[in-house]
Amino acid sequence: MPHLAVSDVFAKYGKLEVLHGISFDVERGEVVSLVGPSGSGKSTVLRTLVGLTPVTGGHVDVDGTSIDYHSARAIKAARDRMAIVFQQFNLFQNMTVLRNVTLAPTKIKGRPKAEVEAEAIELLSLVGLADKRDAYPDELSGGQQQRVAIARALALKPEILLLDEVTSALDPELVNEVLDTVRRLAGEGMTMLLVSHEMSFVREVSNKVIFMDKGRVVESGPPGQIFDAPTSDRARDFFGKILRG
Amino acid sequence: MERLIAQLPEFFTWSNMALLADAALMTLSMTLIGCFIGFGLALVLVFLRTTPGLWALPLRVACIAYVEVFRRIPFLVVIYLVLFFIQTVSTDVSLFAIAVIAICTYAIAYTADIIRGGIESVPHTQIEAAQAMNFSRLRTLFTVQLPQAWPIILPPAIAFSVSFIKDTALVSQIGVFELTFRGKELNNQGFSGILVFGTIAMSYFLMSFPLSMLGQYLEKRLATPRGQRRLRKIRQT
Repeated sequence: MPHLAVSDVFAKYGKLEVLHGISFDVERGEVVSLVGPSGSGKSTVLRTLVGLTPVTGGHVDVDGTSIDYHSARAIKAARDRMAIVFQQFNLFQNMTVLRNVTLAPTKIKGRPKAEVEAEAIELLSLVGLADKRDAYPDELSGGQQQRVAIARALALKPEILLLDEVTSALDPELVNEVLDTVRRLAGEGMTMLLVSHEMSFVREVSNKVIFMDKGRVVESGPPGQIFDAPTSDRARDFFGKILRG
Repeated sequence: MERLIAQLPEFFTWSNMALLADAALMTLSMTLIGCFIGFGLALVLVFLRTTPGLWALPLRVACIAYVEVFRRIPFLVVIYLVLFFIQTVSTDVSLFAIAVIAICTYAIAYTADIIRGGIESVPHTQIEAAQAMNFSRLRTLFTVQLPQAWPIILPPAIAFSVSFIKDTALVSQIGVFELTFRGKELNNQGFSGILVFGTIAMSYFLMSFPLSMLGQYLEKRLATPRGQRRLRKIRQT
């Protein structure tokens, strides 16, 4: 049984349908990447999983249990298992780094503050920012903010980490510090679903790559197969353009 | 003019000044209490106004209607409406309480829009981040939206309250012993109108000026994140 099974999912932004029946599986400990041209619905897939964009059809199963996205309680339960990191970090600007990381575990999950703080400091060390615990987000670089955002998501102890173009808003020289963090998490066996335009990185860390276009999965498979021998014209065309540059 | 000068020692007596000080305190306290409670209720109104779901539609309409209606009615009319409405319900409500309720009623409508504007200035992505971590709407409002919106909300809210100190002169119409009412009384006792209302005018100025200075100080402080943090530190110590 796959850890996460997305089956024939449809989603709408207002009246515009952006996902037209998406299906894929993620196994425990796997890193799966969604790639494809902009507007293909990659980010929407992540957003629907955490209930930020309404699902209008199909179903999502975690460990064989279906998530009913029409029930607020079920969405909450889904968010307990999946945490998302955004392209623009979205750290709370009015709080220190440490409070950004500890707020949800203490206030929402009701865990003891001392324990959560100790964990948070450990997570901040993991992303190399333990010394920034008392800084505010606007005092950090984009790369540092994104690493804090990853620590914040990890503090929720998710089973699956969703990374939405986590390096797209960063200056080129800051991309690697974030990718190193993701690389390390992959090495530790974290189940991750990521949307990325960093093709060489995707090829390096992914167990599986899903190529999407116009709200549909065009093809999927191991990175070698998708990048080097795509079977669809659309994928060949896309990779031909971006890989040869 | 001679009459005015002749009246000076008679006017600036201990008892007259105590009377005016008392009236000034009345003006100040009903404005501050009214605006403070009004601000709190405006927060509730703004929160209710953004309740999602079809079932909450009448609630949202009612909230919008309240703001739009009361912003378009003169304050004096609001005072009379509150007075007569309350008198049909109960006859032993003090005039001071009625004045405070009228100020509240009016302040809610104005500050609700100020608060809404401030909250809407916080990027939607901040709210999504909170949602994705299962924050309730109320918690998102108090821990994420409001703290970031204070710099936008506080300066105009303070400016509104300070300017309202003078507008409360209108409640003298229903006989609350506030500053303007006492002025009319003293004037009726035969004191020169220029003398009496000049003193009253000075009293209003003395009340609002320091408060608007405080408002400007806060505005400057709140304008930068660094200043905000400084304020936060002051509050913590």
